[in-house]
Amino acid sequence: MAKINIKINGKEVSKEIPDNTLLSDFLRESLALTGTHIGCDTSQCGACTVHLNGNSIKSCTILALDCDNSDIRTVEGLEKNNILHPVQTAFKKHHGLQCGFCTPGMVMSTIDLLNKNKNPSEEEIRNWLEGNICRCTGYQGIVEAVKDAASKM
Amino acid sequence: MANLIGARIERKEDKKFLTGKGRYTADINLLNQTYAYFVRSPHARAKIKNIDLSKAIKAPGVIDVFTGDSVVKNKIGGLICGWKIVSQDGNDMKCPPHPVLAKNSVNFVGDHVAVVIAETLEQAKIGADLVNVSYKIQKAVVHTATAMNFENIHDGIDNNLSFDFALGDKGKTLEAFVKADKIIKIDLVNNRLIPNAMEPRAAIGDYNSSSDLLTLYTASQNPHLDRLIMSAFNAVHPEHKFRIVAPDVGGGFGSKINVYAEDVVVAFASKQIGRPVKWVAERSESFMSDNHGRDHVTHAELAVLNDGKITGLKVDTIANLGAYSLVLAAVTPTYLYAPLLLGVYDIPTAFCTVKGVYTNTAPTDAYRGAGRPEATYVIERIVAKAAKEIGMDQAEFRKKNFITKFPHQQCLVHNIDSGDYNAHLDKAIELSDYKNFENRRSQSSKKGKLRGIGFSTYFEACGVAPSAVVMSIGAGVGLWESAEVRFNPTGNISVFTGTHSHGQGHDTTFAQIVGDKLGVPIENIDVVHGDTDKGTFGMGTYGSRSLVVGGTAIVKACDKIIKKGKKVAAKMLEGKPEDIDFKDGEFILKNSNKKKTIGEIAFACYLPGTFGDVKSPLPEGVEPGLIETSFFDPSNFSFPAGSHICEVEVDEETGETKVVKYTVVDDFGTIINPLVVEGQVYGGIAQGVGQALYENAHYDEAGQLITASYMDYTMPRADNFPQIKLDYTCTPATSNPLGAKGCGEAGTIAAPAAVMNAVIDAVGVDVSMPATSEKVWKALNKKSSKKAAA
Repeated sequence: MAKINIKINGKEVSKEIPDNTLLSDFLRESLALTGTHIGCDTSQCGACTVHLNGNSIKSCTILALDCDNSDIRTVEGLEKNNILHPVQTAFKKHHGLQCGFCTPGMVMSTIDLLNKNKNPSEEEIRNWLEGNICRCTGYQGIVEAVKDAASKM
Repeated sequence: MANLIGARIERKEDKKFLTGKGRYTADINLLNQTYAYFVRSPHARAKIKNIDLSKAIKAPGVIDVFTGDSVVKNKIGGLICGWKIVSQDGNDMKCPPHPVLAKNSVNFVGDHVAVVIAETLEQAKIGADLVNVSYKIQKAVVHTATAMNFENIHDGIDNNLSFDFALGDKGKTLEAFVKADKIIKIDLVNNRLIPNAMEPRAAIGDYNSSSDLLTLYTASQNPHLDRLIMSAFNAVHPEHKFRIVAPDVGGGFGSKINVYAEDVVVAFASKQIGRPVKWVAERSESFMSDNHGRDHVTHAELAVLNDGKITGLKVDTIANLGAYSLVLAAVTPTYLYAPLLLGVYDIPTAFCTVKGVYTNTAPTDAYRGAGRPEATYVIERIVAKAAKEIGMDQAEFRKKNFITKFPHQQCLVHNIDSGDYNAHLDKAIELSDYKNFENRRSQSSKKGKLRGIGFSTYFEACGVAPSAVVMSIGAGVGLWESAEVRFNPTGNISVFTGTHSHGQGHDTTFAQIVGDKLGVPIENIDVVHGDTDKGTFGMGTYGSRSLVVGGTAIVKACDKIIKKGKKVAAKMLEGKPEDIDFKDGEFILKNSNKKKTIGEIAFACYLPGTFGDVKSPLPEGVEPGLIETSFFDPSNFSFPAGSHICEVEVDEETGETKVVKYTVVDDFGTIINPLVVEGQVYGGIAQGVGQALYENAHYDEAGQLITASYMDYTMPRADNFPQIKLDYTCTPATSNPLGAKGCGEAGTIAAPAAVMNAVIDAVGVDVSMPATSEKVWKALNKKSSKKAAA
């Protein structure tokens, strides 16, 4: 067991956890932040994508303790005062989600892209999202949503 | 409120998913919960000599371990085949026992042998490692085409043959082939796929011994059907004391229709230990033990006259059922396949046989499209080949053979009520700029790319299904659907449906239907599904049935609401029920300015005493309340159809194949919400392109699943697609009042043939699915070495 001090969605959190706890399990089981989903356990599907100090990472393949003293943002931290983040709004408008399981990871990945590239081309969007699998949408609504969000951020 | 049907409305359910507040089974944790971990067979085929639990049971945190003996002792039944097929010789198909935990033998890698229940998941895993199973390994039967040549996997099932099904007129068809000018022949493999819903399956059993209530949370497409099967066949718990909740479910695609061993086992284990038992699949478990799809080997022949007219079709298919027969395993490659082989063409005679075989692989069952993608692949590949061999344009050859008059009774099974196949093909040709294709081919050629074009003009039978028809051909249940429309006293509405939404958007589209019918804003309508304790029994969601069957049940319940509302309005407005009109949420007395809103009527129904200036709003004999239930059983299937045109570019050096242009025009009849329908089509096409170019479940000679992770099983990703161009035509269905035909599977049904026809057009030789870079590169090399030799 070891102590972790970490900032989650702007709030300081201090917890005692087993050394081998994955970040995804820490978020889901210790903090009940179940918006971060586990789709493959092997960092290939992207459903567990969160931001670590502003960069998107796959939380199923990093130890929570390796994130000690860092700043984590999850999908639960995007909505402010009941107002959706522009990326969330764009996903809704363009039907960029169906079953919703890949959606939190897809949204977190998109926000990281748009933070780094304000006006990505369609090819850049598709290449960036290559690490996030969606089985429902065929990606078309997602790509439209990312383009739209880019124009509004 | 009118005109909600057809409106492009953003989904009501989106916000919870976008904010991380969806609630999937894995997100649920119960007080005093324990964890299950399954011991699975590492061998494709083996006898179980002994299971030693002595170490496992003593491991820290382990509460109990169950095996095949435990379930037999407690009289828990095995998993069932829900739709039984009769062979040509009149004998019933043969189904082996399918215990939820293996008793004497294991039959595929991942087969369930034991389950360890522990305080934590980690302790359950460690316990499972300590379960010592001794196996006598046997030679595995793996391949579809040769399964009948090996020793029997299951006692009493000779040649591993479950059924030998036939459909059509053999004599008449052979005669057509004798008279044909040309016979086109093709050999096809329809590759095995793994559905891969993004949410891995999960289940939590929760037994309360004081009330004798059992609750099962499970990722299911059909919770009511699960409860029926688990009560009636698995004998887990009586139906009236058993609640199944399928909360938010992260995609299904057919893989969440079956009652699985894990569902039965966690429910059983919870009763045994008196505490909640939770199981969540790891992705590798999903790969191994979710039902797989497709896996056919087919030889087909088409009889054609010199003028391009098709005069007959012969198809012989071997379908791989895997190790056992699941709920829809037998109907999928037979009745959902063989009748569809005729495609959109007026073919006077056909004969088809299907042999269902057992192998030591994961059981197969319905996967998005279920039988119809396989059929469409056969007919659209052979039609494309025929057009080429005869020297006719792909579109012209199809048009020459299209069914043009409706209703049309096909020579096998279906009576197609409506359609206009020329209309969607013409529109697709226009939209895809077909006339300039050769220019695009030359431009690609300058970049060192081979460009090809492929057509797929499909129809499908969905909206499953008329109960009388399906039960006459072996279905264990009728496939009607139910709905309850419940006005609450304050005027808002709860709509209960027996279907289940796991991405399809019913919360929105069903609210649109009710809003349109009853003149109530969709914000005031809540659609409820996924809980057997709420609403009426229903059959669930698969086979593009939710709107066509479930939506119609909702329409019928709304009609009953209006009928009752007219009686009440007549009393309140001092007229006769036949003089009351209902429009846009208002009951209006003819030739007067007297009217009541539906909200006022609903309120009155719940307050049948003195109300305003009316003593009692309820006429004599009318019960209080405003709740109506309807069960709808369709008179026929519905028949969506459409045209897909795909263009691919193949890199001559590497064989890499990319879809570069894709056009689709569908006829789904009435569309409720174009935004949702587009999503269904794009997603369906992506899965179809996945089958054609990327996806393949591969077992090695020992029956080991080589593709059991996303590193090995190629899922289509965002960079694999161009923007898809989409449009519609509309001929309403005549078998339901909405005129809807269903849209959920269409993309997956048509796309593989469109893509493969394009690949073959590009490379000039046959390539099998998936057309990976390696396969295409080899095909190109073989072709060029043949050329060099000549």
